[in-house]
Amino acid sequence: MIVLLNEGLIHDAVATLCLVAGALFFFAGTVGLLRFPDVYSRLHALTKADNLGLGLIILGCALQADSWQIIGKLLLIWLLALVASTTSCHLVAQAAMRMRIEPWTRHE
Amino acid sequence: MILGLFDFLLALALVGLAWRILATSDLFQGVILFIVFGLLMAVAWSRLQAFDIALAEAAIGAGLTGALLLHTLAGMEQAAVPSPASNPAAPRFVAKRILTNGILGLLTLIVGATLLRCIREIKRPELGVRELVMEELSAGGVSNPVTAVLLNFRAYDTLLEMAVLLVAVVGAWSLGPLPTSDPRPTATAPGRILLGLVRLLSPIILLVACYILWAGTGQPGGAFQAGAVLSAAGVLLVVTGVLAPPTLGPLYQRALLLTGLVTFLAVSLGVMLAGRDFLEYPPASSPQLILLIESALMVSIAITLLCLFVGGPRSAPDNSRD
Amino acid sequence: MELPIAYALAGAILIVSGLGGVLLSEHILRKIMALNILGSGVFLLLVTFAYRSPDSPPDPVPHAMVLTGIVVAVSATALALSLARHLLPPSKTPEKFPPP
Repeated sequence: MIVLLNEGLIHDAVATLCLVAGALFFFAGTVGLLRFPDVYSRLHALTKADNLGLGLIILGCALQADSWQIIGKLLLIWLLALVASTTSCHLVAQAAMRMRIEPWTRHE
Repeated sequence: MILGLFDFLLALALVGLAWRILATSDLFQGVILFIVFGLLMAVAWSRLQAFDIALAEAAIGAGLTGALLLHTLAGMEQAAVPSPASNPAAPRFVAKRILTNGILGLLTLIVGATLLRCIREIKRPELGVRELVMEELSAGGVSNPVTAVLLNFRAYDTLLEMAVLLVAVVGAWSLGPLPTSDPRPTATAPGRILLGLVRLLSPIILLVACYILWAGTGQPGGAFQAGAVLSAAGVLLVVTGVLAPPTLGPLYQRALLLTGLVTFLAVSLGVMLAGRDFLEYPPASSPQLILLIESALMVSIAITLLCLFVGGPRSAPDNSRD
Repeated sequence: MELPIAYALAGAILIVSGLGGVLLSEHILRKIMALNILGSGVFLLLVTFAYRSPDSPPDPVPHAMVLTGIVVAVSATALALSLARHLLPPSKTPEKFPPP
């Protein structure tokens, strides 16, 4: 099906939409990094942006890919980035707990 | 036009990041920004059609150098800035500092002006040896021009580069054990998630490294990028404690370190036995020889970078073998 | 063929910043980072001179030189960092990680 739609305008539009949506997620993640009050909420914003945003961008690139090998490689990139960002989020949160950083609560 | 705007913004971001790295007073922030700088450089290399360099910059420039800087930062006293012995606000010291900074600043500006002159004068891009390389490419044995230049046309430079890597390891390790040579900065054991990640990633990294090495003959890739990726696996294993850090005492570790240089020398001298010149591969077996050399280089580079990360032998009392 | 002037200028500014950083910084880690920035500026300038156009492949010889340069730069950085570790003694206790 991807091969059939490869030349269409709809195909390009969907791919562009995916890329723009991914970019918006990354933008939201950056805003979260700059504006959220403590380390835990910032981690939440970043990993959300990392997983979903990257997934959408990979989807957009995969729609424009030429062969199945490239799509496979793109998927591998997404999975590896997913695993790495999850683990580093966990490690940073664990280190923050050990450093006794208190989560932000509304009353402060 | 859009791409021109993107290039302009990327260049601006690079310059801004560099300024921030040099101006911030928090070193940790500087190191993190340096890693970001390396990644943005990789994007700039891609824009300039330098894909091999982009791979190398992402793996070596951003990844390994960042890990080295973080590791060093964790192991040294943060506030150890050498301060003047007496009152730093005394007029004599202030005047001396202004004079020194002024002269150095002037030198820097002169360098900058010269560079701008050079950029204005370089208007002849048709110079360069690209056509020569493309003509000789089929005789080179590989179809990736950068690999051909590195491993065939300018193989002497690569040979000496391996020697430079070896000198760096020997130099860093001859300084003796690091003040704290435990590569794990905290004494806590790695959690299950980190161990799971390491168990998942190690074979994938090995596969990706071998693929990059193999693909380097026809597409962007090659021994250096593959070696850097492999060293990342080594660093991961050592930092989580799964693998003991190399001590360079056992013979096999030293052999692994030397295998790249020795293979390269063996091939380059061996062809002389067949009546050819130093480093002149026979055209028939040129692809196989290049792949053989590159594989040995990949292993050596991985071990070298790992040893550079570990930084020194352990401070154990039985240091009788130097 | 237009020389990508943005990257050429960025390369020149990086060289100047890196040189200034090496000469004027006090902390040794910052000097080492400035040295790396200086190196990156030089590589950027070299690759910019090797660029031809979006369609035709670039000149591969400066690319090979820059690749060699990156590897040599990382080994020099590692040696410099090792020297820095020996020069500046480590923190007595890891203050950021109090015992649990």
